[in-house]
Amino acid sequence: MEAWRNFNGGTWQTTIDVRDFIQNNYHEYKGDDSFLVGPTEASTRLNKQVTDLLLKELKEGGVLDMDTDVVSSITSHDAGYLDKSLETIVGLQTDKPFKRAFHPYGGINVAKKALESYGYQVSDRMDEIFNKYRKTHNQGVFDAYTQEVRKARRSGIITGLPDGYGRGRIIGDYRRAALYGVSRLIEEKVAEKSRYKTPMNEENIRLREEIQEQINALNELIELGSIYGFDLANPAQNAKEAIQWTYLAYLAAVKEQNGAAMSLGRTATFLDIYIQRDIEEGRIDEVDAQEMIDHFIMKLRMIRFARTPEYNELFTGDPTWVTESLAGMGEDGRSLVTKTTFRYLQTLYNLDTSAEPNLTVLWSDALPQGFKHFCAKVSANTSSIQYENDEIMRPKHGDDYAIACCVSPMTIGKEMQFFGARANLAKALLYAINGGRDEITGAQVSPETPVYDKEYLEFDAVMERLDLIMDWLIETYVSALNTIHYMHDKYAYERAQMAFHDAEVKRNFATGIAGLSVVADSLSAIKYAKVKPVYDKESGLITDFETEGDFPYYGNNDDRVDTIANDVIRIFMKKLRKQYTYRQSVPTMSILTITSNVVYGLKTGNTPDGRKAGESFAPGANPMHGRDNTGALNSLLSVAKIPADECEDGISNTFTLVPTALNNDYENLASVIDGYFTKGGYHVNINILNRDQLIDAYNNPDKYPNLTIRVSGYAVNFAKLTNPQKREVIERTFHETL
Amino acid sequence: MKHSKGNVHNIETFGTFDGPGVRYVLFLQGCPFQCKFCHNRDSWSTETNSLMSVEDVLSDFETYKAFYRNGGITVSGGEPLMQTEFVRELFKAAKEKGIHTTLDTSAACFNHKKAALIREILTYTDLVLLDIKHIDEDKHKSLTNASNKQVLAFLELLETIGKPTIIRHVLIPGINDDENSIDRLEGRLMNYRCVDKVEVLPYHTNGKFKWETMGLTYPLEGIPAMDKRTAKAIEDRLNQSIRFNQNDALGKNYPSKPTRH
Repeated sequence: MEAWRNFNGGTWQTTIDVRDFIQNNYHEYKGDDSFLVGPTEASTRLNKQVTDLLLKELKEGGVLDMDTDVVSSITSHDAGYLDKSLETIVGLQTDKPFKRAFHPYGGINVAKKALESYGYQVSDRMDEIFNKYRKTHNQGVFDAYTQEVRKARRSGIITGLPDGYGRGRIIGDYRRAALYGVSRLIEEKVAEKSRYKTPMNEENIRLREEIQEQINALNELIELGSIYGFDLANPAQNAKEAIQWTYLAYLAAVKEQNGAAMSLGRTATFLDIYIQRDIEEGRIDEVDAQEMIDHFIMKLRMIRFARTPEYNELFTGDPTWVTESLAGMGEDGRSLVTKTTFRYLQTLYNLDTSAEPNLTVLWSDALPQGFKHFCAKVSANTSSIQYENDEIMRPKHGDDYAIACCVSPMTIGKEMQFFGARANLAKALLYAINGGRDEITGAQVSPETPVYDKEYLEFDAVMERLDLIMDWLIETYVSALNTIHYMHDKYAYERAQMAFHDAEVKRNFATGIAGLSVVADSLSAIKYAKVKPVYDKESGLITDFETEGDFPYYGNNDDRVDTIANDVIRIFMKKLRKQYTYRQSVPTMSILTITSNVVYGLKTGNTPDGRKAGESFAPGANPMHGRDNTGALNSLLSVAKIPADECEDGISNTFTLVPTALNNDYENLASVIDGYFTKGGYHVNINILNRDQLIDAYNNPDKYPNLTIRVSGYAVNFAKLTNPQKREVIERTFHETL
Repeated sequence: MKHSKGNVHNIETFGTFDGPGVRYVLFLQGCPFQCKFCHNRDSWSTETNSLMSVEDVLSDFETYKAFYRNGGITVSGGEPLMQTEFVRELFKAAKEKGIHTTLDTSAACFNHKKAALIREILTYTDLVLLDIKHIDEDKHKSLTNASNKQVLAFLELLETIGKPTIIRHVLIPGINDDENSIDRLEGRLMNYRCVDKVEVLPYHTNGKFKWETMGLTYPLEGIPAMDKRTAKAIEDRLNQSIRFNQNDALGKNYPSKPTRH
């Protein structure tokens, strides 16, 4: 086949197996960054256009334009361009750049609210269709929710549940479109469908219907191709087409779904094979190659969704989590680093820094030095990269996995997850001593038990109560998630994304926790100091604490408290694994908050660690602000101790160094990442920033339109954070040396 | 005294300024110099601060070892050579474990009585960071309350045994940044093959508060921080002439450093 000329053969030719194609055809690159080139004039001009639109969007309150009468689908819009004559890679979610599409299937009410909060009105026609004739996910969920779930949701002990918006965190293997062409994928799906005939039980009926939906989506993808003038039925013939095909397959997904995280996967090494072939055939040179990557990345930066103020409060800065996983090691010992891996990172120079796509390096000790050095340099210059420990994930997911959202690994095309937001463990601790009543509202949320009534909080007694409350919390939490994912499959099935999966996928049931460091420090205070509960006269609830004596804080590599954090995690997982989970999904857990640590803190009363009511939690698995004061490495070592086997959906750590701490040597940053991961660290966001600079950016936002920082699990434009979130970021520990 | 304990002033587990890579920096307590610009005034006293055995230090080092891929251990101060016995044992044990060792010293304690012991320490030392406060003896005296003779004698020893050395020089406005002083420093340093490079550190006033918390008057009150660009220019000039002279006049096949950008 002409499209596959000069490729090495393999099982990939007879079965759908992109990994096998990559392994047989990629060229590992072990050199440095000296081959990279700057942007072409076309790239600079297009990027200027994008930047101007971004600023305009920010000025107009966050949104430029919205659809109110067209339901977004793969083929709902005509072709849209920035400047057709300059773009090498094309395709927009709607017919205009930055115009946000209308996605009602997650929940008509939420979609309506998203429009209204920016001054738009859903059309009467749409309102009628989705309220009268076509039920949506959100309605389904609330029809089935129990009273217990509703109460827990209202009190904020469980927050951010995807019950009114798309769940996301599903990564299609969009590369399949380029390698095989969509017609071949349809043939495979037809064959897959025919395998599920007997018994015709609920499971098989559902699967057959789903596969048919996938086939329909693939047919529409071919149509999307023709809207832009491409023949996606056939495989890509060259690098430009490979990028274009992959992008359009991804675009189909974001046209259909307004998911919380719409990650891209792991495309760089795959695309490098096409680029390398074109270069060897003399069709393109380095400038062309970089230009195509720049234009592709520019498109990914433009992905937008219509979201509500409540959503933005939790996940600020308009994140889309177009996560692209880079590098990592192959099972044969070669790294998956190619020149295109470098080219992706180079976009942060050519197009300036950016929060999206969420560039994620799968780090291993064994990666080539030249690449590690370049990563450290890009991190130090842009604070825009996050790192994941490939040595933890590869043994579980093979060498063709990618990160969805921030820290969730999944084998591409073979695994997906049911995203489950997170439970507030700090609040659970307060419920444990307050007999299940909420410390702020006084409402009885979990089953009534006596309020703790001894003079001092005793560690064993509190742990016993916490254990009981976690039984209730996990049961309630899982019942909410089972309901949500049943309804999501029913009313907002991701046919475009699942079309790029095998028929039978492994599903993870991805729960999460917030407030780990608050709980660890609180229990440490109870164990090592004397904590006296203070009762509110009116409600009889414990609303404050008096602490006598010192106690160790999590974040200082002190086992006395670090083991407490780990014990809490183990208890949580043990209980979670006993639960029934929808569709044979495998229970997992993450310690990740994104920016929701601010909102969780706001909704949680005084805690025994001395944190005052309303104060932010630390993000993810981070130690509390200012408490990890025995050095940068001790802070990292405490977090590295968290058992990855108990937190298979990820452990997020956000680490900030002042620029001078590196003494102008990027190698020192590479050493920190090497060290952290060797010690068992899971993930790290690296920020190289001065507090003064952030304070200046807080006071003079106009001076820093492009300041990008890493928060828990993603990057964000600092200007787009809310003021409380900006303050929380400024209060974090900035590690420096003398 | 066998198995002596070190009197430790402070430990920095993420040191990037005192030797190559990320390092474990052990600041020992006690210093015979009395530099007016000292930013660790509280490290002068030889009174016991915190005692650590060689095993204590190495086991603490082990905790962070994963981060020190390109680094190692640096002993600084105070003046580390005030605790020669401890440093000898520590570096000997460190070398047995293959740890890169750096000695950050002002050579204030170098004398004939200690020469043999210090020579032994140097056999366990991969790199010396030698502080030269002032090239002029009188001015050195006025700045540190001691002569610089032993400092320069120590540099001679480093040259004799060919020990890789980085010279550090804190540049202070009005004290040692005049053309004559720089000229003389340059003239002196270019004669040594052992000198890998010179680091010119711009004087800063961040150490002033330590004097004040101890109820002392800061001797350099009124002297401003050194301009960083001026310091860098002088550093470049010193390094150029050293490298030039080493390549041509001294005939040393100076290995060009791998360029990092």
